[in-house]
Amino acid sequence: MSAVFVAGGDPDRRQPIEQADTGVELAGIGLPSPVLTASGCAAAGRELDAFFDITELGAIVTKSIMLKPRAGRATPRMSETPSGMLNSIGLQGPGIDAFIGNDLAWLNERGARTIVSIAGETVEEYGRLAAKLRSSGGFDAIEVNISCPNVADRGQVFACRAESAAQVVQTVRRSTDSRIPIFAKLSPDVTDIVEIADAVIRAGATGLSLINTLLGLVIDTTTMRPTLAGTTGGLSGPAIRPVALRCVWQVHHAFPTIPIIGMGGIRSGRDALEFLLAGATAVSVGTAVFHDPSAPSRIHTELAREVRARGFDRVQDVIGFAHRADDSDGPAPASAQHATPAPQETSSLEDWDFITE
Amino acid sequence: MVQQIKSEVLDNRRVGDYHVLSLTAPGIAESAQPGHFVTIAMGGEESSMVLRRAFAIHQVASRGVYGGTLDIAISVAGTGTEWLARKRRHDVLNIVGPLGQPFSLPKQGVSCVLVGGGYGSAPMFILAQSLRERGCRVDVVIGASTEDRLFGVLELKRLASALTITTDDGSTGVRGKVTDVLNDVLQRAGADVVYACGPMPMLSEVARISTKQRVYSECAVEEAMACGIGVCMTCVLPVIGSDGATRMVRSCVEGPVFRGDRVRWRDINTIPADAIGAPDSGGES
Repeated sequence: MSAVFVAGGDPDRRQPIEQADTGVELAGIGLPSPVLTASGCAAAGRELDAFFDITELGAIVTKSIMLKPRAGRATPRMSETPSGMLNSIGLQGPGIDAFIGNDLAWLNERGARTIVSIAGETVEEYGRLAAKLRSSGGFDAIEVNISCPNVADRGQVFACRAESAAQVVQTVRRSTDSRIPIFAKLSPDVTDIVEIADAVIRAGATGLSLINTLLGLVIDTTTMRPTLAGTTGGLSGPAIRPVALRCVWQVHHAFPTIPIIGMGGIRSGRDALEFLLAGATAVSVGTAVFHDPSAPSRIHTELAREVRARGFDRVQDVIGFAHRADDSDGPAPASAQHATPAPQETSSLEDWDFITE
Repeated sequence: MVQQIKSEVLDNRRVGDYHVLSLTAPGIAESAQPGHFVTIAMGGEESSMVLRRAFAIHQVASRGVYGGTLDIAISVAGTGTEWLARKRRHDVLNIVGPLGQPFSLPKQGVSCVLVGGGYGSAPMFILAQSLRERGCRVDVVIGASTEDRLFGVLELKRLASALTITTDDGSTGVRGKVTDVLNDVLQRAGADVVYACGPMPMLSEVARISTKQRVYSECAVEEAMACGIGVCMTCVLPVIGSDGATRMVRSCVEGPVFRGDRVRWRDINTIPADAIGAPDSGGES
């Protein structure tokens, strides 16, 4: 992958390149690649490091960590579906203390950029997780997994209600160093994802991760019962890619300056390009890792070629390019980013005093 | 060292109800040990099957120009294995391996009993060879529902000090299950170690009988996997650690071989209440 990093300085030295400069700036963090892992599909990076150099990725997004050790759900936890899979793992993990002591320490030692995904059962729990991370340091951003049942709200998923989603994000923002970007990971299982995006942005989210899995069900026709022990599960993989892409498109259209990490069924550089064109600044590769453990590295290289093949020198320049005005077509302008005029802005961020803590 | 490689199919042959595929696997075959497995991507790059399938390594060899090669046994059970069973010479597969924790091998020439259910006997071939090289006595027990579902009878006859066969329908060997004859075989062999691979109910019973007879046992489990490399947490089962605590551990990286007396067989497909991190354990720390 190292050949991809073309020096950006002297134009004369940028000889005929086959691959575009893959560097992007995500919420103020300079990343050598827009390709990240997806939470829950890369553990804490260690296993994938046997297949490619994880420090060459944009970042490792770690599996959602909770306050306490958690055994997860009973098996079966997984079922393959057409171009996808359904999972109900139940957030098995070692708890935040062991995570910080082992996994985060390893990632730091390894020199990998890290986005820590956190998950809680109550608003307060998210705050305590953020506070623990604030004490430990050693990571680049937080991804808030709000697709968890809210114990205080009869198990309703935080991400499905604007108010509870915003409460979580606000709490995490207040407990986090103001320099650390916070990405809220939204569920597509809502009537209007733009409404939820609006709420979490107002509550202090720096950016958005789009999308989490879709709730699904598979029935085993031999036992004539649901296949998964948890009955329902989260659908991921190429089957959900158009849904994910639509969400990225809608949210970027509504909030063109908000950085988006796009994900949902990406398994090639061309798939990743679609997400960047729709407005994502970075992409997470998830289920594809189960098919091909080298997928994040491969997709990085493919993306650099796909972007260059379309006449762009920099991956950064294709972000949001699909939103350009009808009359701005033509050969790859370098200044294509955010070609669309900003649409209606629903609120002024300055109204919210807790954003800059 | 685990590797991901493009592998060429050298041969696809029928063995009873099963297929055996010979694959080029330079770098994988050389480092493979008994009990290791490989995963194979199904259906090509644009496949609608997103999950790899796991196969125990049945044989390894060095074949001149190909370098290391390995054999796997396939039981056709769905779309993926149907696709794989149709592969022919020169077809190319994407394989990852060697994966998992292998069987541990005794230092001395002790008496070993190998138990295979169905094509669970596949990984027993290189295990038997390794044990024979160490001067071990190797008794083998294999069983299946019918004669066609037995795997590798002739070869195992050559490898084993004694071979016992069982079938549910009595079409060959002793009518019944491998576990019906295991007590006798353990006593006759003066067994020190039992190695087993096969369906979970069989492993559960093998472990129970071995432990009762105070014979050390290792079982290679068949848990459904998604990634095979330890990142997805799909293939977990409750296992008691050396500290006495039960954890939900990944069979792909911490197994597939486990000590028979450490797996909580009756609690498979559940989260035992006293497992670390169980919902009502109170043992969360």
